Amino acid sequence: MSPLYQYLILSALLFAIGLAGALTRRNAILVLIGIELMLNAANLNFIAFWRFSPQQETQIGVMFAIFSIGIAAAEAAVGFALILAVFRHYRTTQLDKMDSLKG
Amino acid sequence: MGLSVQYLWLAPAAPLLAAGVIAISTRRQRRLAATLAIGAMGVSLICSLAAFLTTLTKASGAESYREVFNFHWLQIGATWLDLGWVLDPLTAVMLVMVTFIGLLIFIYSAGYMAHDENFTRFFGFLSLFAAAMLGLIIANSLLLFFICWELVGLASYLLIGFWYQKPSAAAAAKKAFITTRIGDMGFLLGLVWLYASAGTLVFYDHGKGCIEPGVVAQLTHQSSWMGLSACAGIGLLIFCGAIGKSGQLPLHVWLPDAMEGPTPVSALIHAATMVAAGVFLVARMYPLMEENTGAIEGVSPALMVITWIGALTAVFAACTAVAQTDIKRILAYSTVSQLGYMMIGLGTGGVGVGMFHLITHAFFKALLFLGAGSVIHGCHEQQDIRRLGGVRKYMPLTFATYAAGMMALCGVPLFFSGFWSKDDILHSAAIWEPSSGPFYLGLFGALLTAFYMTRQVCLVFFGAYRGGAQDDHGHAATNGHAGANEPHESPGVMTGPLVILAFFAVVLGFFGTPAWPWFQHYLEGRKAEFEFGNLVNAETLTLLLRSSIIVLAGIAAGWWFYGRKPFTADHEPDPLARLQPDLFTLLERKFFVDEFYETTVIRFNAWLARACEWCDRWVVGAAVELVGYVALGASWASRLFDEYGVNLGFDSGCDQLKRGGRIFSRWQSGQAQNYLRVIGVALAALLLLLAVGGKGS
Amino acid sequence: MQPGFIILALLLVGGALGAMFMRNLVHCALCLAVTFAGLAALYLQLDAEFVGFTQILVYIGAVAMLIVFAILLTRNSDAQPRFHSFGSAWIGAAVAIVVAGSLIASVFSSAVILHSASGRRALTVKQIGVQLMGHYVLPLEVIGLLLTAALIGAVIIAMPEKKPEKKSTPPHR
Repeated sequence: MSPLYQYLILSALLFAIGLAGALTRRNAILVLIGIELMLNAANLNFIAFWRFSPQQETQIGVMFAIFSIGIAAAEAAVGFALILAVFRHYRTTQLDKMDSLKG
Repeated sequence: MGLSVQYLWLAPAAPLLAAGVIAISTRRQRRLAATLAIGAMGVSLICSLAAFLTTLTKASGAESYREVFNFHWLQIGATWLDLGWVLDPLTAVMLVMVTFIGLLIFIYSAGYMAHDENFTRFFGFLSLFAAAMLGLIIANSLLLFFICWELVGLASYLLIGFWYQKPSAAAAAKKAFITTRIGDMGFLLGLVWLYASAGTLVFYDHGKGCIEPGVVAQLTHQSSWMGLSACAGIGLLIFCGAIGKSGQLPLHVWLPDAMEGPTPVSALIHAATMVAAGVFLVARMYPLMEENTGAIEGVSPALMVITWIGALTAVFAACTAVAQTDIKRILAYSTVSQLGYMMIGLGTGGVGVGMFHLITHAFFKALLFLGAGSVIHGCHEQQDIRRLGGVRKYMPLTFATYAAGMMALCGVPLFFSGFWSKDDILHSAAIWEPSSGPFYLGLFGALLTAFYMTRQVCLVFFGAYRGGAQDDHGHAATNGHAGANEPHESPGVMTGPLVILAFFAVVLGFFGTPAWPWFQHYLEGRKAEFEFGNLVNAETLTLLLRSSIIVLAGIAAGWWFYGRKPFTADHEPDPLARLQPDLFTLLERKFFVDEFYETTVIRFNAWLARACEWCDRWVVGAAVELVGYVALGASWASRLFDEYGVNLGFDSGCDQLKRGGRIFSRWQSGQAQNYLRVIGVALAALLLLLAVGGKGS
Repeated sequence: MQPGFIILALLLVGGALGAMFMRNLVHCALCLAVTFAGLAALYLQLDAEFVGFTQILVYIGAVAMLIVFAILLTRNSDAQPRFHSFGSAWIGAAVAIVVAGSLIASVFSSAVILHSASGRRALTVKQIGVQLMGHYVLPLEVIGLLLTAALIGAVIIAMPEKKPEKKSTPPHR
């Protein structure tokens, strides 16, 4: 197995764990944590591919990862601000209690 | 083309224009109306005289003068309907007669109708009539003739019913119109048949006209049914129109009732001119009528029928006249009888014989009617001869002219026109080959004519005046002295025409004597020679003698019954009634012809009308209502369908949608993580697809 | 496989599992931080030094802190992270297994990369800077805007709502 494969498998595993947690846990914060894990797994994928790419001069993987980190930070900020605001309303962070949009 | 022919159309156009102007004038413009009408008639008279002179000057040579002027009128497909006018001796002589007598009667009417408040309407209708009559005379196309024929009928209707407030007058007008209409049906059928066979309705068209020899020959070879040639069939059908218009048996019933109109109308229309139109029609169509294939002993079937109908009419009407008591009705039946004579003349002797009697009859019958009008006017609208009498003393001029007319009608020998013209007819009837029936009937009719005219004159003019003391309703003389109720002579405007007509009633006869038959030869285009020998040969003299004896016998009988012992009271019974009450009643009730028609034809007509109304209401009406109900039912069904079909369907469809929506909305649980799970599942499916699908391809 | 990689891999997977499936929320946050650190080490191993340090700075230094603050601020007295019902767990597990499985299967079945690892990479910060200001200047500006908007938005969303004050009508109208 080439090293690339190892990193790819690792990132797939991380992604799957993050996805499982986001789908499974009831706390909103844990869902966001799962999302952050998925983002990181994707970053790892990018860096791995950058490292093992045949072309030497390309930097696109790194650039993508940098921007991804930035966006993830912004999104985390807004997401947690939302959780705070919802918590103030519902006094809970259980996702299944927040169903006022139900039809 | 001569000037008089080119302007021949002025003769009917002038009265028509006068009628139009009078129609839009007011009731108070009496003098305008009278002036227009008389002036227009004067213009027509001048045109007619000019035309007459033209025909006289060209009367040399074998062929008589004939000029035509035809023009296209209506286009039907590739053919044209032509109209036009013709100037020949027949036309000219009728034109002069109609315009001259018409002018005299117009002048007379200005005096007679002076107290009537519808004076202008009267002159308007009279002008319309004159225009139509003159148009009829000059017509060169049977179509134009028919148009004017109907117009004349219309004018007659309007004038008979002139005093329309009287129910009897309105009924008489309707009767006249409908009865002549029945005859016109035959006329129209004949016209259509003629057009279909000959292809043209123009009389004279340089050889192509429908009564010119070429076309007539062609028509005789087409035979219709029962061995009649097309010619004879058409002729008989056209004669039906003449039966109606000229009051022959059996359509004579309207003429006596037509006396409801004012006396000038009776004089002009129902004595001199309109009723003569039927005779004129036969004279005009004579080439068609006299064509004698299929002949019976040398005479064409059409002429045979014409002669017999004329003979029967002459005797029938004369019989009826014997028992009448209304002064105008006697004259009306006399007209019917004389028209029968004219038909005999046409049938046995030809155009000249019949037309001669027509012309002389026009003059003396108009004279008699105007004289009767004068008597009526002078005796304060009294028309019953039992309430008149001794009028000779009060109205001498009227009496003199009336006597002249009466003698002309009876045919008093030698000096009066009626003698010569009636004798001509009897002469032709005597030598008629098929039968002597018409001759003997004619002789009997002459006897009766003399009898009833003498009766009338004796009862009206001789004896004592029976009308002054009281009338039917027992009103005593309201005026103080007896003089106011006595008859008075009529004004000059009325007696003037009487004198003129009396003059002609005498003089005209001399134009047609056997010694100098100018009139008959003029009509046939020959030059007449004065030959005294024709008069004094044995055959003619015996005939003259026979008819003179008959006439004098009739006058003597009349005087015996009515003149010797004049009536003194108005309710005295008639001597004849005392002799033969049943026969007298039969005659007085006009042979019950009107009653007969009432029970058969009129009842049938009413029944038919009721049946048609029933059919219309219950068959046609029911069909229409059925359609209505069908539409209503369709709309009901559509409404039901809409309410229960469409609406329910639509509603249930919407309900299903709502239910579906409700079901779907339950999927919106509001649980964000559930949505995420769904996305996750979709992601997994997609990945599987990519992984496996990619492998497969 | 190098031993360093194996240790790091185990650390990462363990940390991820702990971050997701621990009962105590704070424990989850701390495990997450450990995972981030592991990832940073991996980046460093992969010659992406800048990204590794950025990972430490941003993720561990900011995002993890943020998570801890959020946990602390949304703590109820009786808040107990409980597991879901069984049904949903199976969906989550099934989806995760399918996703992982298909990803790994596609990795193994791909015919793209078979050659050995390439040589050592070198990427200086200067090079990154030049790229950022040159080729990627537009994304740079956009992400600047994005971060500003996110900052402002987060502040507004998280701010406590002002109660509407009773406004008295001004005397002059």
